[in-house]
Amino acid sequence: MTANKSDVRLSVQQLRKVYGVGSRNEVEAVRSLTFDLHAGEFACLVGPSGSGKTTLLKCIAGLLEPTSGEVVLDGRRVAGPAEGMAVVFQEYSRSLFPWLSVEDNVELPLKTSGVPKAERKERVSEALEAVSLSHATKSYPWQLSGGMQQRVAIARAVASNPSVLLMDEPFAAVDAQTRGELEDLVRDVWKRLNMTILFVTHDIDESVYLAERVLVLSSSPTIIQADLHIDLPDVRSQADTRSLHRFGELRHQVYEEVQFAKINPGGERTAAREELRS
Amino acid sequence: MIVLKRIGMWFGLPAILIAIWWATTAQGVNFFVPKPDKMASTFAKVWYSEKFFTDVLPSIGRLSISLLISLVLGVVLGIAIGLSRNLRWLLEPLLEFVRAVPSTILIPVLLLLIGINDTMKVAVIVLGCLWPILLNTVEGVRSLDEVLKNTARVYGLRGFDRIRYLVLPGASPLIMAGIRHSLAVGLILLVVSEMFASTDGIGYSIINFQNRVAIPEMWSGIVLLGIIGVLLSVAFQAIQKRVLGWYYGLKEASNDG
Amino acid sequence: METQTPTLSSVAVSTLPTREHRVRRAARWTAVGPYVLGVAGILAALIVWELYSVFGPVSQHHLPPPSVVLPTFFTNLTFTQFWMTMGQTMWAWFLGLGIATLGGVAVGLLIGSSEFLRSATHTSIEFLRPIPAVGMIPLAALLFGPRIGAELMIVVYGCFWIIMIQVLYGITDIDKVANDTVHTMRMTWLQRVRHLVLPTLLPYLMTGIRIAATVALILAISSELIVGTPGIGRAVAQAQLNDNPPAMIALILTSGVLGILVNLIFRFIERKVLFWHTSVRSEVAA
Repeated sequence: MTANKSDVRLSVQQLRKVYGVGSRNEVEAVRSLTFDLHAGEFACLVGPSGSGKTTLLKCIAGLLEPTSGEVVLDGRRVAGPAEGMAVVFQEYSRSLFPWLSVEDNVELPLKTSGVPKAERKERVSEALEAVSLSHATKSYPWQLSGGMQQRVAIARAVASNPSVLLMDEPFAAVDAQTRGELEDLVRDVWKRLNMTILFVTHDIDESVYLAERVLVLSSSPTIIQADLHIDLPDVRSQADTRSLHRFGELRHQVYEEVQFAKINPGGERTAAREELRS
Repeated sequence: MIVLKRIGMWFGLPAILIAIWWATTAQGVNFFVPKPDKMASTFAKVWYSEKFFTDVLPSIGRLSISLLISLVLGVVLGIAIGLSRNLRWLLEPLLEFVRAVPSTILIPVLLLLIGINDTMKVAVIVLGCLWPILLNTVEGVRSLDEVLKNTARVYGLRGFDRIRYLVLPGASPLIMAGIRHSLAVGLILLVVSEMFASTDGIGYSIINFQNRVAIPEMWSGIVLLGIIGVLLSVAFQAIQKRVLGWYYGLKEASNDG
Repeated sequence: METQTPTLSSVAVSTLPTREHRVRRAARWTAVGPYVLGVAGILAALIVWELYSVFGPVSQHHLPPPSVVLPTFFTNLTFTQFWMTMGQTMWAWFLGLGIATLGGVAVGLLIGSSEFLRSATHTSIEFLRPIPAVGMIPLAALLFGPRIGAELMIVVYGCFWIIMIQVLYGITDIDKVANDTVHTMRMTWLQRVRHLVLPTLLPYLMTGIRIAATVALILAISSELIVGTPGIGRAVAQAQLNDNPPAMIALILTSGVLGILVNLIFRFIERKVLFWHTSVRSEVAA
């Protein structure tokens, strides 16, 4: 992490989140989290289930107030949902407005932030084209399949032209084949539009396939347990990339970290392990 | 053939009922129930006259104005109460009490306070119709989907935009349910307030016919109320179908999945 | 909004105590807020009423302040006559609701059991149902005079439709899939009614009865006001004729308490009977 300070898009500093402060059953969900995300980076956060992934993402998105520490986006401290941050949620059917058509859903954030009408139309149709949904603009979300609904959510996020795109297990609820297509779609959008993406998932294969960088979270209370660079070729495809030898190695490495994470709440044993390794 | 069958289904039973009615009253033995033909001619004679302007229109006017006031007040207050936790805590016990008061009992008090005029009737109807709309709006605002609310926050929907694009449409299924309930209550209150204290209106006419023991005329008033009830419910359903088209589609889609 | 990134230590030291303090205070408020504000709301309403009655544009005689009404309300509770009046209204309410429920369920089950009956009765029901029960008041007055029969006729007519329609909704809702499942399980007719029809029907029926219960109270009081059948409605009308506003308003407060009791009883029954069925709760705010 020696990169130029100016090219840091998102900076998370000593983030801590405790639920039920002041009550008898305080729960420490996130202990201390620090990482930077650079412009154009595609990073995955992986962790075992119950590792506070969603809590973390909500804190970053400004939907939850951290107990201490802070999130900085483009040099501005995040207090409440920030402009320049877009989120794609896992529950696609609940995150789209069922009373608006596909194009109105994509257009709404632009409309309320005061983008002029002509530009709005252009950006909406561009975004819908990027996710290959130009044919279904007038449909209602609930008339579409799950995968298509999630594409609408992605288009909406892309259209608002965010500094950082957060994705919270976006493909956890779609079937395996659709999932592969959507993964390629996200990588395609990321490259074409030169976006910065933070992608949360519990799926190890997915994280390795998608990202340039994988951050492994410990189980709750969460810390970052490992920060791995994924040195796979830039052009990836479901069939070829996944059968690369290097893919297997990386997956193995992430897998071991995740296994270890399960028995390592709060990173207490990380230091001990480092010693063992050396 | 199918059309024939359907017509049979629609008009079969009513036809049989009317036939029975005719047969049992043909001798004219029952003092309280007029013959169907007598009834039809009375209906035309009574209401297809200037009574339409002096009694029917005022009633409909009172009902419409009251419903409109209840709707606006109910939705505006309901959204405010639904969105603010402290406001809800402040008003909940009070509202619980006020809406539990059976609204017809207020008529004598409002009569004293306001007098026998249109304002009194509108006040009575509003005091009855407001609560179903208000409480359903509160409920609708509170039951907005958590993910949808988060989405709206992330994309910067604030203030009036938030109400217009998130809160109102999201609460609309429950608001419509409240309105349907209000329609029924409103008609009851209109008629009772006119029966209790009025110089015109459908309710006044019916009670007036009863006092003059004009039985067929009284029945024609009851039938007129039925027709107004049917028209209201048809109009409401047409509006509901437009407003909640997305909601029915969504429900159907999630039932299939 | 800060535009520059503070150093780590300053963040931890400066924001932690105040933030935590605020969170703690919010948690405490969540626990006591509803009670504090609820009581405050009622007190504020009483004060506004008192002030409006004394200084407002209406005559204090017509709208007596709570300092006059509340004593009347409480002394009422010591009179046998008062309790008899209440009893008359509640008896008519209970009887009317009971008859309407029995009738509504019986007819609803009969019509709902056959596709033919359902479509054949559709138009008749759609016409008869919207006739407001209060339209029948003059007829009831002619038929029964100022006796409980008149009140019952109106209450039963008004509530019968509500309950019957809910039963019909419930029957249409009995899930086709569930129906098949139960058939393959080779249940007898009785078992099917017991394990499928009743559980599906019950939430609808409870909704119907709850809505009917409030409508029944409105109708009972309407008929007491206009026909003069004995009960609170007549007592209020008499108080108006006797020019006794404090008694009138005390009775109205009583009717509110009755209404709340009715609501509480039904909420309690519903929780007991429908504990397994949470999804209906939001659906039936209608």
